[in-house]
Formats: sequence, C-alpha cells, structure tokens
Amino acid sequence: MALKRNVGLKGLKYRGGGPMLAWALHRISGLAMVLFVGMHIVASFVMQQFGSDWATNLNIVYESTYFQLIIIFLVYFHAINGMRIIILDFWPKLLEYQREVTWLQWMLLIPMYGLTAMVMMLIKLGGE
Amino acid sequence: MSSRPAPQIGFSFEYMMWIFTRLSGLAMFLLSFIGFAGAFWLGARMYLTNNSFVDIGALARWTFFPNPNHVVNTNIPDVAVGWANAWWQIMQITILFLGATHGLNGLRVVIEDYIDRSWLRTLLRGLIFLLWIFVMLFGIYVIQAS
Repeated sequence: MALKRNVGLKGLKYRGGGPMLAWALHRISGLAMVLFVGMHIVASFVMQQFGSDWATNLNIVYESTYFQLIIIFLVYFHAINGMRIIILDFWPKLLEYQREVTWLQWMLLIPMYGLTAMVMMLIKLGGE
Repeated sequence: MSSRPAPQIGFSFEYMMWIFTRLSGLAMFLLSFIGFAGAFWLGARMYLTNNSFVDIGALARWTFFPNPNHVVNTNIPDVAVGWANAWWQIMQITILFLGATHGLNGLRVVIEDYIDRSWLRTLLRGLIFLLWIFVMLFGIYVIQAS
C-alpha cells in the first residue's frame, strides 16, 4: 500500500549509482516544471488582463535563452527518463537491464540536448 | 535502494493515478509531436533566425501549447488564422488537462513520500486539488479568450 509508506529524509540521501541520480533528477525536474508552468500560466494571465510589470518581467525571464537552456534540459531529461520508466513498468522483464538502460538514456540525452543547446547558443551569439 | 512500489491493479485512486501518469506521459509525447509538426506546417519552417535556424524557444512554445497568444512574439503572419480554431483549441485543452493532472499528481506523490501526518497530508491534498481546479480554469479561460 503506497499511501502508508513514508520515505522520510533518509530518502533524500544519495546512495550512489546512475538509477538513484535519475530518480532524483526525475523528481527535481518534474517539480521544477510544475513550478515553471504554474508561474507561467499565472504570469501570462496577469499580463494579459492587467499588464502588470512583475508578470511581464517574469515572462521576459522565461523567454531568455539561458532560462530556456535550463528548462529544455529538464524537459528532455524528464521525457526520456519517463519513457524509460513507462517501458520498464509495462515490460517488467526488462528491469534486469535497468542499470544499462539508465546509461543508454544519457547516451540519448547528451547528443539531443547538445545539439539543441548548440543551435540555441548559435542563435544567441549570432544576434537576433 | 527502494523505489515507490507500483500499486496493486484495481479501481483504487492510487492505481488510477499510476496508470494515468504513464498513459498521459505517452499521450504528451504524441501531442508534442503533433504540435511540433503543426508548428512547421503553419510557418515555423519560414521563421529563421539569421536565415539559418528555426528559433527553438518559439518552436517549444508552439510544440507544448499551440495558442495564438503563445506565439505572438514570433511575428508570424496570420497567427490567428492558423491557430485560433477548434482543432488547436482541443489540442490545447487536452495538453493542459494532461499536463496539469500529470504534474500536480506528481507533486502529490512527492509530497506524500515525505509527509506521513494524516491531517497535513489531507490538507495538502486538498490544496493541490484546488490548485488543479485553478490551473484548469485559468488555462481554459486563456485558451478560449485568445
């Protein structure tokens, strides 16, 4: 029964290994995206309705290349890691290889993110 | 290392949310590909920075929330004509529902892993539910008003 379970602060301790890192990053990236999307919806609504300064400034931050570099990393990681979780949950036989798959997902993520980040920085450095 | 165990199959809230998280994750992959393809189809292929690259930030805004107001900064002509129609409104409402539910349920799961006091847990559950209603209403308002 999942509800009775309590991880406590010990659950936050790093116990090594790629899968633990992926687990922690999946949670952190998920929470960061909830925060970002929530703030972005509120800021856009306030900007649209009242045109207030803080909402406009917040959305200017969200549009900056450096912020986008971070959020795109989180989205890519969450998407690829989430796909791994879905595949392993639906085909539990593959759980035997989960350590290898966790490395494989970084081998997918690094070139994908690297290419995106490179194009974004080329646009940024090349001027508008 | 112990991860959160998968709930037993059945008509319990935990199992419903467990299966919803996975299915909505897959559905959001599909919806982003549709938004991505739609962005290129409706003009992103012509919106190049320095005559060489598509603006990735703009592409992401289209991909994940194809709303005319969301792409207004990209100076595409006829944004409203291409994007303000029932198809993209349904797409937006679907991605809003899946994203908000997936995300806020994830917040609930993380919170409930660290908090075991039942009244606090119930309170936070209620707050997340209110937040979900709030995000859905504001999101649908933004979609319908634009």
